Amino acid sequence: MDWLTSASSVGEKFALMFLAVALFVVVMGAILFLVDRPSRVPRWVVAAAFAGPALLLLAWGLVRPALLTLWNSFFDKRGNEFIGVDNYTRVLTGGQFQSVLTNTAIWVILVPIASTLIGLVYAVLVDRTRFEKLAKALVFIPMAISMVGASIIWKFVYEFKPDQPGVKQTGLLNQVLVWVGLEPQQFLINSPWNTVFLIVVMVWIQTGFAMTVLSAAIKAIPDDIVEAARLDGLGGMRMFRYITVPSIRPALVVVLTTIAIGTLKVFDIVRTMTGGQFNTQVIANEFYTQAFRQNNQGLSAALAVILFILVVPIVVYNVRQLRKSEEIR
Amino acid sequence: MTTTPLPPTGPFAEAFEETADAGGEPGRQRRLSRLERRAIATKGRLSSPWASFAAILIAILWTIPSIGLLVTSFRPELDIRRSGWWTVFGGLFNGEAEFTLDNYDQALFGSGANLATYFVNSFVITIPAVIIPITIALLAAYAFAWIDFKGRNILFVAVFALQIVPLQVALVPLLRDYVSAGVAGSFWTVWLSHSIFGLPLAIFLLHNFMKDIPSSLVEAARVDGAGHVKIFFRVLLPLLVPAIAAFGIFQFLWVWNDLLVGLTFASPNSRPLTVAVAEMAGSRGGDWHVLTAGAFISMVVPLIVFISLQRYFVRGLLAGSVKG
Repeated sequence: MDWLTSASSVGEKFALMFLAVALFVVVMGAILFLVDRPSRVPRWVVAAAFAGPALLLLAWGLVRPALLTLWNSFFDKRGNEFIGVDNYTRVLTGGQFQSVLTNTAIWVILVPIASTLIGLVYAVLVDRTRFEKLAKALVFIPMAISMVGASIIWKFVYEFKPDQPGVKQTGLLNQVLVWVGLEPQQFLINSPWNTVFLIVVMVWIQTGFAMTVLSAAIKAIPDDIVEAARLDGLGGMRMFRYITVPSIRPALVVVLTTIAIGTLKVFDIVRTMTGGQFNTQVIANEFYTQAFRQNNQGLSAALAVILFILVVPIVVYNVRQLRKSEEIR
Repeated sequence: MTTTPLPPTGPFAEAFEETADAGGEPGRQRRLSRLERRAIATKGRLSSPWASFAAILIAILWTIPSIGLLVTSFRPELDIRRSGWWTVFGGLFNGEAEFTLDNYDQALFGSGANLATYFVNSFVITIPAVIIPITIALLAAYAFAWIDFKGRNILFVAVFALQIVPLQVALVPLLRDYVSAGVAGSFWTVWLSHSIFGLPLAIFLLHNFMKDIPSSLVEAARVDGAGHVKIFFRVLLPLLVPAIAAFGIFQFLWVWNDLLVGLTFASPNSRPLTVAVAEMAGSRGGDWHVLTAGAFISMVVPLIVFISLQRYFVRGLLAGSVKG
């Protein structure tokens, strides 16, 4: 029965997959079959059969590990000795982590603003034009690609060859620099701008999301408002500034906060493009490095907790803004 | 937290059809729809040359990097080293441009890359990791929406709140458990982890859709003597197909494109494509011929799924992000 835990051939892998799905169907089917007697089974048993599996999985696989991580963050490297908040002070004041925190802050500020701005402008520009469907699909497609794939796409754009006679640039961006008469740059190595070039990748991915949600919001602005504004002589930029943006404010808040939360957790891009070298490290990737490379349990736990703590104010802001917009209605 | 100015179901997709149909029946006089009237009203604003220029510029910037990768993946290794991918467009005219499938052959079956194996792994990981959380979440969403039990609201808020917990906080303790249970690195741990991590969003999204179903339907079935299991399967499930499709695509893309979970829990034998390609980018960063082909291999399945089922995806996106 070795293949159950280490399937190696293609046949074994697919067999294992079908077995897993079948097992799952049988177990769930049995549970539902047992409670399918309307009058004889008490209601709480039915509720437990429906909601129980999900709640048990979440309690075991998310809540319990999260609490354990919180606990571990107060212990040392090996997890033996209680050291209080030392891990946190080290992250917040230690020299090597300053750039990690700064970089994360730059990511969380730049990515949501840039993606939302570009997505909004683009959504307005292509709204109800003849090519709307195609135009949206072009910006939308990067969302289907893994961040690893996106990183490789952009790493190729940033590719650098030393500026010598006979050597041609193969990265598009450096070729553009050469065409306009500038020197090719090592975009991913030269700090601090390399962080910005990594951020471009995330903006490239997230703009499609912003555009989709904002485009739907723009289409939902009531006609009478738009027409009244037009009769008042509003057009172009002023229409955008005074009618479009205020009308879709709740959607803007949701888009900004959703992207900000997503950005906090991103580690794929940094890991694939620079590996966190050259001063580009962020918290999410530093967590991975500390947990699985340096094997520093306490520190990695503290980083994970910090990541969680940073998400909370964004979510609170989001919820409060939504409440506010509901009160206005 | 459910009222925002956005309609919950696919206005994006419908608007697409609307624009495609506009002007489709030139000879017939009919009352203009709301959207068409606005299309006419806004026309003047959008045809300004600067606006068109900006839109085209963004579209080009968003497309060119992918085209560069795609073109490069079909070029011979030596050409890739010697010249940029844009030179093929000149080469097309004088017949110098060469294309080959060697890179794909090498990426899929070459001894260093061997992505064919990981392609299988990605499939084997993704399918159960989509089916299992959706099923469990459907049942839980039903319980939260239609079964009256004690503590229902508190539990639902708790599940809702779990959406914001970063995966990172759960990884290390879970991995330790898998190791002590002797299953570390197997597909089971990857399936289980993905299922757990997908649940909060799945329950929340499906609950939103489930709440929208008129309670009279459920009441009628209840009067007829149907229990919760029958109501779930006979009344609700058929109506929820679009919602299931929406979340299904979400979860599919998430699992297929995931790096963190695969990296943490899968063994070298069970790792998905993303992990293998990321590894390649680290160890063979200069071998653009294999790397571009490998990257494209890892993208092709989600691209097909995404493009063919875009309509459902957008619906899920709007329901999930905006109603939240």
